[in-house]
Amino acid sequence: MSIYFDGEHELFRREYRRFVENEVAPIAAAADRAGEFPVQVLRSLGKHGYLCIQLPEQYGGASADVMMLVVAAEEMAYASSGIDASLLVHSVIAVNPIYRFGSAEQRARYLPPAASGDMIGAIAMTEPDAGSDVASIGTTARPDGDGYVLNGTKVFITNGCIADFVVVAARTGGPGHRGISLFIVDAGSPGFKVARHLDKLGWRASDTAELLFEDCRVPAGSLIGEAGRGFYYLMENLNLERIVMAADCVGLARAALEQAKSYALARRQFGQPIASFQDIRFMIVDMEARWRAAQLLTYEAAWKLQREESCTLESSMARYVAGEMVNRVTGDAIQIHGGYGFMMDSDVQRFYRDARVMTIGGGTSQIQKEVIARRLGLVGEQGVAK
Amino acid sequence: MHVAVCVKQVPDPSGVGRLDPATHCLVREGVEVVMDPGDEYGVEAALQVAEATGGDVTVVSMGPAKALEAVRKALAMGAARAVFISDDRLRGSDALTTARVLAAAIARTEADLVIAGTESTDGYTGTVPVAIAELLDRPALTFAKHLEVGDGTVRIHRQTEVGHDVVEGPLPAVVTVTGGINEPRYPSLKGIMAARGKPVEQPTLEELGIDPSTVGLAGAAQRVVAVEPAAQRAAGQVVVDDGTAAARLVAFLDDLKVI
Repeated sequence: MSIYFDGEHELFRREYRRFVENEVAPIAAAADRAGEFPVQVLRSLGKHGYLCIQLPEQYGGASADVMMLVVAAEEMAYASSGIDASLLVHSVIAVNPIYRFGSAEQRARYLPPAASGDMIGAIAMTEPDAGSDVASIGTTARPDGDGYVLNGTKVFITNGCIADFVVVAARTGGPGHRGISLFIVDAGSPGFKVARHLDKLGWRASDTAELLFEDCRVPAGSLIGEAGRGFYYLMENLNLERIVMAADCVGLARAALEQAKSYALARRQFGQPIASFQDIRFMIVDMEARWRAAQLLTYEAAWKLQREESCTLESSMARYVAGEMVNRVTGDAIQIHGGYGFMMDSDVQRFYRDARVMTIGGGTSQIQKEVIARRLGLVGEQGVAK
Repeated sequence: MHVAVCVKQVPDPSGVGRLDPATHCLVREGVEVVMDPGDEYGVEAALQVAEATGGDVTVVSMGPAKALEAVRKALAMGAARAVFISDDRLRGSDALTTARVLAAAIARTEADLVIAGTESTDGYTGTVPVAIAELLDRPALTFAKHLEVGDGTVRIHRQTEVGHDVVEGPLPAVVTVTGGINEPRYPSLKGIMAARGKPVEQPTLEELGIDPSTVGLAGAAQRVVAVEPAAQRAAGQVVVDDGTAAARLVAFLDDLKVI
C-alpha cells in the first residue's frame, strides 16, 4: 500500500495490468515492427470502459482522478509505450479541451464515442517551424461567412492517420499566444488531408502523421470555447500531460528493469550469474533507485494536481527526471543483456527506442528545465511558454 | 432471478504457496492474494444468468479481513451486494464448517440459484459446494461447462472425460462451474468505483445461528495430521532431432493416451 493510492486504485491497477498482459503485451512487438497502431486495442479498451476514464459517467467515463490516470499510463506503458502514447493523446490530451471548454453540442457529439472507442481523437499543435514555441504557430483560421477557413501544416501528429476528429490550434488573431484558437476538425472535411504517415525511431506502435489544411472550411460550431483563448486552453492541460507522460516513462522503465534483473540472475559467465559481478549489480541498483525516485516524484506531482494545488514545478521536474531516467534505464538494460540486447528480437531494444522520445516529445528536457528555472526564481517570466 | 455466488480469496496461484509446519495452515503473510481464478467463472456465470433473467447477484465469501478485496472485485464485476463472514474464530475451519457458514449466509438471501467454482485453487477439496447443497437441501449439479436457466429448472452440460452429460434439476439448486464455461469479464473502472457504494453485510457467527465452539481448528471434524513438501518433479526427457523426433514425440504422446 502507498499513501498515494486507495483500494480502488489498487484494484484497478491489478485488473488493468491483467488486461494489458492478456490483450496488449502479446501484440506489442509486432505493432512496433509493423510501425502501426493496433486500432483493435483502442476499440477493446473502449468496450471495457477503459478509455477517457477521467470524464464523468454521462459522457461514458468513470470520473477517474489523477492518480487513476497515472496507474493507467504506467500499466499500459509497461507493455508498450508506443501504444500508450496513442491512447494518452486520444483519451486525455485531445478529449480534455472539448470536455473542459467545449459547448454542450460538442461534448455530446464527440465525448461518448471517444469513450466507447467508436471515434479516435488527435490534437494538432506542432508545425514545421513551431515546436516548443507553440505561440508562434502559423496555421490560420480566417472567419468566412458562417464558419472558418483553415490553412497550414501540422507535423508529428499522434493518431493523425487514424483520427476521426482532430483538435487543431490555429491563428484567428494577431501574432503571439493571444491570437490562437482551437477547432475540432472532422476527418473527411474538404481541404483536410493526411499528407503522410511518418516513420519513427521509436514509439512505432503509435500512429504519427503530417496533416495539411488547404482552404479547409469548418462550421462556426467547430470553434472550442472563445476565439483567442486556445493557447490558454492548451496550457490548462499541460501539468496533467507532463504527469501522465512521466507515468508512461515510469511504466516503460519498470519493464526494462524487470527484464534486466531477471537476465542478470539467469545469465551465467565465468561460472556465476552476472548479477554477482559488482559492476552489474550496482548498475541494477542505480536503475532501481533512479526509477523509484522518478516514480515518487511523479506520484507527488499527480497528488498535488489531484488536490488542485499548484504543481507546475513538480510536474515539470517529474517529466524531466522521468524522461532522463527512462533513457538511462533502458540503455543500461541493453548493456546488461550484452549482444542479445542489441538484437532486434529483444524486448529491451524496443524499450530503448521507445524511451528516446521521452526527453523530446510533449516538452523537451531543455524546456522543462527552463520552466523549473523560472519557478525557482532564476529567470523572468518572459520568453518561454509557462 | 436472484443468484448467489461463492468466492474465495487464495494465494496467487502463479506464486509458490507455503504451509506453516506447526499449524498446517496456509501462510498468508507476505503472500500475494487474488480471487480464486476458478471463482471468476462462477461470478461471470452468475452475472450472465442475472442479466438474462433481470435479477441480481449476491456474493458470498468467508475469509480473513483481507479477503474483502476478492469480494470487492466481484462487486466491481457487477454483483449487487455481498455477504462476507470474517471472524478470527473461523481460522483453521475445515471444509464442512466452511460449507455450514456459507450455507447459513446463503439461506439469508433470496437466491434461487447458487453458483460456485468446482474446487478452490488452494485447498482443492472440491466438497464445499456439494456440502452447501446438502445443508440447504437443494440438488447439486456439478462440473457445468454450460448453464441455462428455464422456468423453475436449471440445465447444465456436465463435463465428462469423453464429452458431456445433459443434466437438469429443479430450482432452487446449486451449480458448480468449470473453467471454460465463459470468459470472465474485466471489471470496468466504472464498476470498480461503483463497488465502493454497494452493501457488504458482515454477519457474526451468532447472527448466522452457528455455535462458535463448533468452528475453527477446534471444531474441525477433519484434521491435517502432517504436511510434506511435494516431491521434486523429475527432470524431463530431451528429444534431440535426428530426423525422427516427430515420430518419437507422437509415440510418446500416444503412450500417454493424450492423442
